[in-house]
Amino acid sequence: MKKTYPIEVDCANCAAKMEEAAKKTAGVRHAVVNFMTLKMVVEFEEGADPKTVMPAVRAACKRVEDDCEVFL
Amino acid sequence: MSRKQKKMLVRIIVSAALIALLQAVPLQGAWRLAAYMVPYWIIGYDILLKAAKGVRNRQPFDENFLMAVATVGAIVLGEYVEGVAVMLFYQIGELFQSYAVGKSRRNISALMDIRPDYANIEGADGELVRVDPDEVAIGTVIVVQPGEKIPLDGVILEGHAALNTSALTGESLPREVQEGDEVISGCVNMSGLLRIRTTREFGESTVSKILELVENASSRKSPPENFITKFARIYTPAVCYGAVALALLPPIVRLLLGMEAQFGEWVMRALTFLVISCPCALVVSIPLSFFAGIGGASREGVLVKGSNYLHALSQTKVVVFDKTGTMTQGVFEVSEVSPCGMDAAQLVEWAALAESYSAHPISQSLKRAYGQAIDASRVQDVEEIGGHGVTARVDGKRVAVGNERLMARVGVTVQAGRQPGTLVHVAVEGVYAGCISIQDRIKPGAREAIDALHRQGVSRTVMLTGDRDDVAQKVAAELNIDEVHSELLPAQKVSWVETILEKKAKGETVAFVGDGINDAPVLSRADIGVAMGALGSDAAIEAADVVLMDDDPRKIALAIALSRKCLRIVYQNIAFAIGVKGVCLVLGALGVAGMWAAIFADVGVMVLAVLNAIRAMRIPKL
Repeated sequence: MKKTYPIEVDCANCAAKMEEAAKKTAGVRHAVVNFMTLKMVVEFEEGADPKTVMPAVRAACKRVEDDCEVFL
Repeated sequence: MSRKQKKMLVRIIVSAALIALLQAVPLQGAWRLAAYMVPYWIIGYDILLKAAKGVRNRQPFDENFLMAVATVGAIVLGEYVEGVAVMLFYQIGELFQSYAVGKSRRNISALMDIRPDYANIEGADGELVRVDPDEVAIGTVIVVQPGEKIPLDGVILEGHAALNTSALTGESLPREVQEGDEVISGCVNMSGLLRIRTTREFGESTVSKILELVENASSRKSPPENFITKFARIYTPAVCYGAVALALLPPIVRLLLGMEAQFGEWVMRALTFLVISCPCALVVSIPLSFFAGIGGASREGVLVKGSNYLHALSQTKVVVFDKTGTMTQGVFEVSEVSPCGMDAAQLVEWAALAESYSAHPISQSLKRAYGQAIDASRVQDVEEIGGHGVTARVDGKRVAVGNERLMARVGVTVQAGRQPGTLVHVAVEGVYAGCISIQDRIKPGAREAIDALHRQGVSRTVMLTGDRDDVAQKVAAELNIDEVHSELLPAQKVSWVETILEKKAKGETVAFVGDGINDAPVLSRADIGVAMGALGSDAAIEAADVVLMDDDPRKIALAIALSRKCLRIVYQNIAFAIGVKGVCLVLGALGVAGMWAAIFADVGVMVLAVLNAIRAMRIPKL
């Protein structure tokens, strides 16, 4: 399952870091952060619930880049 | 400017003014330090806080941390002005980046602004009510006034108009539509009032599909983007370790050699390293270039599904074409009439009348060539013989119209030379009357398209077709196509493309251009599948990597030219940014360039790279 979330981030390098962090979160198979359109596309693992995974993704992003936001 | 950016601008101005003021005030010792701390805190408090948080979250090596270390280091060494000014310039650079990227993001998005804002529905008393297109159900009747965008795909119930499709196709000629025609969302109604019954929901309509495609395009990353991401991951830590080495090793060596250590000097040089270590110019300008390139292309009606395809497109060396519908119009037309013992108009009249009951494309083309209304009462005893043709009585005379087999069947000898195209023979009262040759017409601009491809550095053009060999050869000769393979079944087209793929050199790509109707397997097999005339055809949009919204073959060369320009800009930016940073690192290590030069290099490279990236949006001339 794939879902798209709007994000807010200031620099391209930070966006790349968010992408890395999102990919490493449990329950996420793959994640792409598009800095140009300010969107994060998350592909979830089989049986993972976006409602529980996404807060973890958001927390992971906040950890690598304090000044970012993922709108759930 | 956003509120965040305005706040930053105020901080920059205030701290810059304070620094200038402090230059004029003679302060000494602790007072001087305290005084400089004021603008330092104003301009850099967020950086310092973020750096502290980064350390706590075990994420060192981010640019906040680096800037904090560099500026605090400078201040500890007594270089107050330098420390504060570097922080100031860093913030100016960040502000510019956020402003420029935000602005270009909006500009490029505006190019793709085909999203309709509302749909008009007739209320109970005939008044128009504006609603969100998302809420309109299938089968609803909507009204589109002149000057408005068609919000949803549908069929015209009433009215006729000229539609401007340029936002979708890049084609400036308006398209005439009338009752019963299908219309697609995103076109602008230029003239008449239209009442349309919608056939799709907004999420499924053409405009949403295109928007989704273009917006997601930059998520498929190209090799240069992946390279930069990897590079940035190595570059920053490498420079940081370099800085540590630079701060420690030379003084230790000097001590061992019995010289003065000069720790201050070397630490200062190391701090300069830290300032240069931010990879932002690269990381921001590469995806921005691709985004601008994809945005510019979409304005011309060329949809590229991903940055990776733009990259592949730029390396195109072989272009393989389908014939019918791609290089030709796919509409049959009488090209030559060779009568035998009567005039040409008479021959066409006999043929058209005899074939008047048939719906075959060839009969249609005969009727068009005749150009007058068919008087059905002149035609009797029509007999259609499958695979042969038609026999009928026209004005009481026995007329046979068909291929050579039909002529043999009615006992007539064909007296015609070899002519390209499909030949239709006519016999009247058992006597050979002549033949009519029918051909598909070559698209206007097809020849120019092939020439433009050759100019773009495409080394080989190949045409694959299911049509007869002599027809294929003639079209190829007329278009100057290098290689033709004819009389192919769809599966054979795939194997030809595979043969070509096997033979290509590394770093070259093979593009296949088709109309997307029955060549989906070939489209997906080639390195890049280009579907043309895809406006309103979902299947083609699905199957292809690059979609030409109209059916102009010249757009193929344009797409390649655009991709080449975009990639050239990408490589320029990579070389420029890495080059300047490399030079600054060397100069910094030698002590020639100080922290000031370093910050100017960092911000300046970023500014130039961003401005260069925006160029990818402009369409190159062919």
